Amino acid sequence: MKITNQIIEDHGLKQEEFENIKKLLEREPNLLELGIFSAMWNEHCSYKSSRLHLKNLPTRGKQVIQGPGENAGVIDIGDNDAIVFKIESHNHPSFIEPYQGAATGVGGILRDVFTMGARPIALLNSIHFGSPNHPKTRSLLNGVVSGIGGYGNCIGIPTVAGETKFNDTYNENILVNAMAVGLADKDKIFYSKAKGLNKSVVYVGSKTGRDGIHGASMASAEFDENSEEKKPTVQVGDPFTEKLLMEACLELMKDNSIISIQDMGAAGLTSSSVEMASKGMLGIELELDKIPCREENMTPYEMMLSESQERMLIILEDDKERDAKKIFDKWDLDFVVIGKTTGTNKLTLKYNNKIEGEIPIDALANKAPIYDRKWIRKKISKKKINLKKLKKIDIEEALIKIISSPNHSNKSWITNQFDQMVMCDTIKKSGSDAAVIRIHNKDKAIAVSVDSSANYCKSHPITGGKQIVCENWRNLISVGAKPLAITNCLNFGNPENEKVMGEFVECLEGIKEACEFLNYPVVSGNVSFYNGTNQKNIDPTPVIGGVGLINNLSRPVGHNFKKDKSIILLVGKTFGHLEQSCFLKENYSIFDGMPPEVNLLNEKNNGENILKLIQEDLVLSLHDVSNGGLIVALSEMAMSSNYGVKIQKPKKLSNMFEYFFGEDQSRYILEISPDNSKKVEKILKSNNIYFENIGITQKEYVEIEGEFKSSVKDLFKVNNEWYNTY
Amino acid sequence: MKSSVIVFPGSNCDRDVSVALEKMQFKNQMIWHKETKLPKSDLIVVPGGFSYGDYLRSGAIAGKSLIIDEVIKAANDGCLVLGICNGFQILTETGLLKGTLLRNKNLKFINKDIQIKVMNNQTRFSNKYKKDQVLKINIAHNEGNFFTDSNHLEELNKDNLIAFKYCNEKGNINDSANPNGSTNNIAGIYNTKKNILGMMPHPERMVDNLISNTDGMNLFSSLLN
Repeated sequence: MKITNQIIEDHGLKQEEFENIKKLLEREPNLLELGIFSAMWNEHCSYKSSRLHLKNLPTRGKQVIQGPGENAGVIDIGDNDAIVFKIESHNHPSFIEPYQGAATGVGGILRDVFTMGARPIALLNSIHFGSPNHPKTRSLLNGVVSGIGGYGNCIGIPTVAGETKFNDTYNENILVNAMAVGLADKDKIFYSKAKGLNKSVVYVGSKTGRDGIHGASMASAEFDENSEEKKPTVQVGDPFTEKLLMEACLELMKDNSIISIQDMGAAGLTSSSVEMASKGMLGIELELDKIPCREENMTPYEMMLSESQERMLIILEDDKERDAKKIFDKWDLDFVVIGKTTGTNKLTLKYNNKIEGEIPIDALANKAPIYDRKWIRKKISKKKINLKKLKKIDIEEALIKIISSPNHSNKSWITNQFDQMVMCDTIKKSGSDAAVIRIHNKDKAIAVSVDSSANYCKSHPITGGKQIVCENWRNLISVGAKPLAITNCLNFGNPENEKVMGEFVECLEGIKEACEFLNYPVVSGNVSFYNGTNQKNIDPTPVIGGVGLINNLSRPVGHNFKKDKSIILLVGKTFGHLEQSCFLKENYSIFDGMPPEVNLLNEKNNGENILKLIQEDLVLSLHDVSNGGLIVALSEMAMSSNYGVKIQKPKKLSNMFEYFFGEDQSRYILEISPDNSKKVEKILKSNNIYFENIGITQKEYVEIEGEFKSSVKDLFKVNNEWYNTY
Repeated sequence: MKSSVIVFPGSNCDRDVSVALEKMQFKNQMIWHKETKLPKSDLIVVPGGFSYGDYLRSGAIAGKSLIIDEVIKAANDGCLVLGICNGFQILTETGLLKGTLLRNKNLKFINKDIQIKVMNNQTRFSNKYKKDQVLKINIAHNEGNFFTDSNHLEELNKDNLIAFKYCNEKGNINDSANPNGSTNNIAGIYNTKKNILGMMPHPERMVDNLISNTDGMNLFSSLLN
């Protein structure tokens, strides 16, 4: 078949990329080879627009066992325990087919984790939808939530935390990011690097079908009005098979039969075999007629590009085939030797003993294009908002408007659809600042949280990038965990647009700066570009997933008030930054202005010292102050407990709204027993930490003296109302 | 006391229940579904999860698996059998318990803590509870909506075979305390001989104060009594 310009375009390749392929092959590719190039060279697999910038991120630290470049990142949590984790996007498929898109997003990220020898212990998600009034939102929301639950619940891994947001910017391109966290023995981590010649390459798991062909290419282009036609490129998930595959792989990993193992994710058999060979600087030869297929007459092209789920590729040590096969037989899964490693440094594809395609591994991996895309810096918004000109509103009204809005109302109607308790190690789940998962049978736990702030990133990407890292760090501190490392999912628009590329580069600058300062390295991640439809790009939405360690479980701390008449301290300085706040968004629909400044020095100092206070058992409860500001944070503490709070207005107050709704960073609210207040104040003072004593807890009411007094029950009710009327 | 936990492909609460059993000093073993012989046990547990992916119908395929004939034999010989969640669904598929579990009324998976009331504290499974005691316990299911015919319902009431009913914190049994639409708020039932208990809530999730509470513990300690 002659490769025409149309075929090249259909494969998402640019003309100059095709010329490059010819040069690398020293001939024209056939259709199979072209398909393989398109699968490996698309944005999703090759990171061609992002690679140059990603390499600036800090990825090392004493706690890091494996940074980016493997299936997932690995960190050390002591006692020979390692945590394996990663976040990944499944935005494009979820917009086309929300249930399967979201479900296979969860399935894919779980495989990334158990491929490395870890038993998954927690799932998280960050999901972003268009306006609740947009005609597609309701069905997308329903499909995505059921899909995430359908997969996680069935496989039996608790979905413990997440965030759900609504914003017009996602009307035509939703975001579905899933994160998985697993536990492994530090000395038993499995990698994808192939080693040794003539080793058996084994295919295990589900059979190959025609689903998901070109899925990764689909995820590397914008949507248009014909996106519905792309439905066949969405994979279909089967969590039951994944459960079997997970158990079988973990069982096989108990002895020393595996040289390397790689899941078949995006670009299926192609990317898994190329990756293994490329890392091992070897060749790989596959006999495609041996591949277990679930449909008839599948061509080599279809087999190599299928993204059928729940499949793995394993390179086995010599003479281990029989024992390994026994395990997969026990779990009723296919186990077929489909090829071997070679010394040719080529991917060789045979079908009925005839070579159907042969490509140097290097051409697919290291020689994939890298682009230094044009980018421009964000113009800083100089718009100032004159509060005096806004229509009058009282504090209680503004508070209720915020906590009853779709974005800030209680999300238990979502999280109750996820099994959060299975495995019986969930100490804190969704609704807490971070989820806390016990390490099975041990007196320690990890804390996990996912966070994003698209509006901050849009208005000032560098600050936004810094802020999400800090917010995530703060959330882990708030449950008493020492933050260790992050994974990131970078959701952006079209990188060929220099503004979008600028947002990407600047967000990364911010992330880098914060991670470096906080010793909070990036150990894994994923980039999702081309989020947009018909040239309308989404707001930049990097999502940070963080993991921290709690070494002592005797005193779990949370954000629910514990006692009557405790002292309430506000730690960190309040400047009253209202631009980009929920207050202005929800009450006045004002979206202008800069995000609040992030002072990394204060962030670190405040956080580290608060962690000490928690470890010394001086804190009854605490909560970080984030979206919505002080009064929203206080209300959240009240709504999750049986107590309210009574706050005195500061004497010198230029503007009440700035004080109570400002979103200044690095702040925490602490509930302290009166007996400990002197001690706590002394520690804070001696560490140069700014704090204010702002009031006490009381029964039943959230109150600002002289301003308003609302019953906690009423606040709880409005906070839970939105979904019931949606 | 010796217990056996049956493991089907897709079971996912098997470890949780074995942890709870061992914590309560049971001598427990895990039994793979392809086994054709069941070791001598005082208690057989059919755990929660998605056996065979819930394909065809929850519990339907597990109800025809190799080991299940042995479970039925043992149950008929008087062995204690506890089916939790998917285990309850499986027991109704085998006929060891009557009735069936339909999809939740709201057509969604539900995971949350709810309350149940101990309706009969005179059984091998419940003797450590007080009569009418209210337990806070976790549910996690898509098909927990108990349904049965009027004859069976009459029998359940007459012979005191209802183990637990969904209720509110005060112990009132009403519609608003019914999470899934179950007939008469039924959360768990016994067979006629009261040696088999099927229940949708998860007692094994309630044996640890750090994670939840210890309201499930007395179910296991009753068995040891």
